[in-house]
Amino acid sequence: MKRAAIALLLLTMLACEREERRFREMPSAAARRNTERLVSLVPGPYTADVKVDAPYGRNAFAISEGKRLFSWYNCVGCHANGGGGMGPPLMDERWRYGSDPEQIFATIWEGRPNGMPSFRGKIPEYQVWQLVAYVQSLSGNVPKDAANGRPDDMQVHKQDQALPDLVPEKEPAPVQ
Amino acid sequence: MRGIQSALEPAGVQAEQIANLWTVFLIVTAIVYVVVMAFTIAALLRRRPAIVSNATSPAVRNTVSAAVGLTVLILFGLLTASIFTTRGIASVPDRAIQIAVTGKQWWWQVEYDDADKSKRITTANEIVIPVGVPVTVHLRSSDVIHSFWVPSLHGKRDLIPGKRGQTLTFRADKPGVYRGQCAEFCGYQHANMSLWVTALPFADYARWIEASRQPSRIPSTKTERKGQDVFMSSPCPLCHTIQGTAAGGKTGPDLTHFASRRSIAAAMFPNRPGFLGGWIVDAQHLKPGSQMPSIPLQEQELQPLVTYLESLK
Amino acid sequence: MSEHGAHVGDAKPLEEHLIKEETKVGPYSLPGDEVRHEELEKMWGPAKGPFRWFMQVDHHILGKRFIITAFIWFGLGGILAALMRLQLSRPDNHFLSADQYNQIFTMHGVTMMFLFAVPIMEAVAVYMIPMLCGTRSLAFPRLNAYSYYMFLFGGILLYVAFFLNTGPDTGWFTYPPLANPEFAPGKRVDIWAQLVNFTEISALAVAVEIIATILKQRAPGMSINRLPLYTWSMLITSFMIVFAMPAVMTCSFYLAADRLVGTHFFNPAEGGDPLLWQHLFWFFGHPEVYIIFIPALGMVSQIVTAFTRRPVFGYTAMVLSQVATGFIGFGLWVHHMFATGIPALGSSYFTAASMMIAIPSGVQIFCWIATIWMGKPVYKPPFMFVLGFIAIFVLGGLTGVMLASIPLDLQIHDTMFVVAHLHYVLIGGAVFPLFGVLYYWFPKMTGRMQNDVAGHISFVLMFIGFNLTFFPMHKLGLIGMTRRIYTYHPETGWGPLNALSSIGALVLAMGVLVYVGNAAWSWKKGRIAGMNPFDGPTLEWATSSPPPPYNFIHVPVVNSLEPLWHAPEHQPLVTGLSTQEKEVLITRTFDAEPDHRYTLPTYTPWPFLAAVATGSMFVGSLFTPWAFAIGLPIAGAMVTAWFWPTTAKKEGELPGRSEREFPAEQASEVTT
Repeated sequence: MKRAAIALLLLTMLACEREERRFREMPSAAARRNTERLVSLVPGPYTADVKVDAPYGRNAFAISEGKRLFSWYNCVGCHANGGGGMGPPLMDERWRYGSDPEQIFATIWEGRPNGMPSFRGKIPEYQVWQLVAYVQSLSGNVPKDAANGRPDDMQVHKQDQALPDLVPEKEPAPVQ
Repeated sequence: MRGIQSALEPAGVQAEQIANLWTVFLIVTAIVYVVVMAFTIAALLRRRPAIVSNATSPAVRNTVSAAVGLTVLILFGLLTASIFTTRGIASVPDRAIQIAVTGKQWWWQVEYDDADKSKRITTANEIVIPVGVPVTVHLRSSDVIHSFWVPSLHGKRDLIPGKRGQTLTFRADKPGVYRGQCAEFCGYQHANMSLWVTALPFADYARWIEASRQPSRIPSTKTERKGQDVFMSSPCPLCHTIQGTAAGGKTGPDLTHFASRRSIAAAMFPNRPGFLGGWIVDAQHLKPGSQMPSIPLQEQELQPLVTYLESLK
Repeated sequence: MSEHGAHVGDAKPLEEHLIKEETKVGPYSLPGDEVRHEELEKMWGPAKGPFRWFMQVDHHILGKRFIITAFIWFGLGGILAALMRLQLSRPDNHFLSADQYNQIFTMHGVTMMFLFAVPIMEAVAVYMIPMLCGTRSLAFPRLNAYSYYMFLFGGILLYVAFFLNTGPDTGWFTYPPLANPEFAPGKRVDIWAQLVNFTEISALAVAVEIIATILKQRAPGMSINRLPLYTWSMLITSFMIVFAMPAVMTCSFYLAADRLVGTHFFNPAEGGDPLLWQHLFWFFGHPEVYIIFIPALGMVSQIVTAFTRRPVFGYTAMVLSQVATGFIGFGLWVHHMFATGIPALGSSYFTAASMMIAIPSGVQIFCWIATIWMGKPVYKPPFMFVLGFIAIFVLGGLTGVMLASIPLDLQIHDTMFVVAHLHYVLIGGAVFPLFGVLYYWFPKMTGRMQNDVAGHISFVLMFIGFNLTFFPMHKLGLIGMTRRIYTYHPETGWGPLNALSSIGALVLAMGVLVYVGNAAWSWKKGRIAGMNPFDGPTLEWATSSPPPPYNFIHVPVVNSLEPLWHAPEHQPLVTGLSTQEKEVLITRTFDAEPDHRYTLPTYTPWPFLAAVATGSMFVGSLFTPWAFAIGLPIAGAMVTAWFWPTTAKKEGELPGRSEREFPAEQASEVTT
């Protein structure tokens, strides 16, 4: 009985986290700026880096928002839909700058040599975390039930982005 | 009780035909309703003999048959009226202004076509049309199904992703400002996906077109210049375009002549500095789920930015 | 088809089933009925033991469960409606967020359409149809148990998901692309798809049971032209369910496949078609309305007959109208899609069809008014509900004619006008008759009368509250208020009418509460009813209230449309059905001549276990397609066990076999 109750509670929490629609993010909720240090020297006694869990790793809405932003902010331009092009593919998880959430965050936030631009100040922080969640999902590093079930390629086709191909009409004239 | 987007206050020929049809239907059905209720009440209150026989009187049988026959006739009449109105509102004139309207979660992109590509106009949530000239809007969607509905001008038409040839032709006969709204459920902010249609006399319309073809106004004061810098260094240009500057994002509304619009956030708020400031800093509070992110700006950044945007006539 | 090794008895001539009046001790009883009663009670009585809840197959028990369960969902759906009315009661309200509102209006629609409207109509039929037909049980009693559990599990799934913030949020119609994975992340829409699977399996199974019961298990003499109008309506409805529901199951399976395994049925970017969804969905969705409404027509006829003290005028016209409604109902789904841009000729056809369906509805209304005209109205609450039905439904029907017109539809489609229209036809057209008929059949089901004063109060409150809630919505739609919006600005001018509507909702809710309270109180404390308190004309009143598990010791032979009003002096009864087995009399489809005897299976846990297996399979398929690979064999095993023959014993050893030989003196002439 007790076990069932705990299982139910766990289920509740899992489902809640997956289904939550967090529209309004406080900066602190998305917290944790860059964790990458440029040097390994740290003052004071030795401290281990505290691993930060990505705030959205299990959240279906955030992953799907990340997917939208991935094309909106033109990540697809270099990374295609994860297959890579000018930029490295993102469907695996073996990357030079690491595949932990905070490492992905730092890569987007700070940029990386040889092409990856820094999006600091260009994308609001919580959206970067949404992108992190989506990038993780590309390599299957988020729970399966939270990830999108199917790659929809609407944004790639961009059929709506082109200007209208309306037939050039005769110059309209006022009636009367 | 008047609404601001009433189908009963037509301002164009199509909406007027529909409103006339409505009047016909309303009168006919009201009479039918009153007659049926009168018969029901009469049936209840009728004086009865002490012993009611189970036999069916021929008078009742004939009355029921007559009522059925009358029903068929009335329906046939209404059907005819309806089909004639359908033909009336469907006739497409050979000269019409072509405007592309693209539904997006949760705003409208409006594009005026021109053979000369440099003369094309892109704006948002506001359609300017001339009075007395037919306008054909080409309706598309870039995400989910929306429905374009400006009750004072015409009925609604769905915007269906992947489906071409969705058009609606209407003509405004009175100058004025008409509100429209998305009528097909399209997600979190379906309620706040509205638009304005402004009908201007043709000369004013032509002036508006000419003005809208110009690139954006160059900032003239120090504050405006600072505002432009803030714009460029913030996330803004990733999504928004301002013609004549480096900002060329395509996913958000075009802001080239932003200050000439009546409203912001798909006709949700009037276009005034206070609302605009709030919208930039906390769009997700004002319109949760909207695809405009909340941009954390300091007061000294926000104020010039708002000034700059409000200068883009 | 024989279910669970049922034994098909020998065909016996009609005479052997009938007996003359001479030996009768009451209108429907013979000497020695006490013994028969005890034997029948033993055979047909409910399951016993600690697990009895999971084993029942009696249609009374399951019907009652169905009704109560459906009413629980009705209550929850009503609470959701109240929340929506609260949110909309004033402009710019922040009571609910957009996300909550979307879930709530979707849940309201899904609950009312899938978990209340269709199931409650079937639930009442599960209880009443065998009695109206004069048989001892619903056909396929185990399937009936299975369908109840599927219905129950589906509802539980939906509400558990809702409380886990996983309630569907894309409308009860769930249009893609909004329901495609890209725009509906998470599991919310998958819950919708699986709920549809649960409820449609349940609905289809019950439809099959009802069709079989009505066509094959009627009392001798109840030829097809002596079918009570309610029975007709359930027959037509059940056939409509059989043809309509597969379309929506196609929808839900395609959608689940799109979302789970990456197919592209509805993805416009890859050549899928969102309009395919709309056609499939409304091919189900429009008949659905008539599936809800036609049973209500039958209920109205039952009430009108009983409370005007005369048969309904124009029986043939009524039946043909219902049949016509059933057919035309499948030909007008496109009027939900006029705004999508259907070619003019095609849409004109659907306009004509949509207007045409007003004709059979009109015929029935006229026939009822004529019946009232010629009869002697008795103003009991059921009759009041029928009067309310006429006042409300006629208005809803007339706005339906408006919506059929393309130009008008283009203006008022997807506005509050449609909300008003659909509630006028569904609450006025279905819920009012339902409340009326439940009042009418309450004594039969519980053995006790409801309180008439409370009944009248509940009717008045519901009638006023209903009109106050929904009439202003017509105007709101015309002045531009669209549906499914969680908020609106004060400048829109929609505030006052919305406030009025919310007040009306409060009154309506009070009316429903009074009704439910009255029912609950009367169930325990009401006046004892007796066999036929309203002097009803049909067979359900020819047995005690509440009925015994086997309904009738001796089924009366039917000689007219109102068998209890025109009972002959020497009422013939059916004898010769075994009391040692669960035997029912199978009669011929059209003339209801006795054909053979048929043994129904006894109680068993297998339908419950099969429902658990199928249910787990559906829930598992929310997460992985492997659920089907694993779940199907398990469900198959459960069904195999369910159908495993238990009559392997030799014929002669069957208990009660000797009873099947009728004593010669009981044979008598056919007197129908």
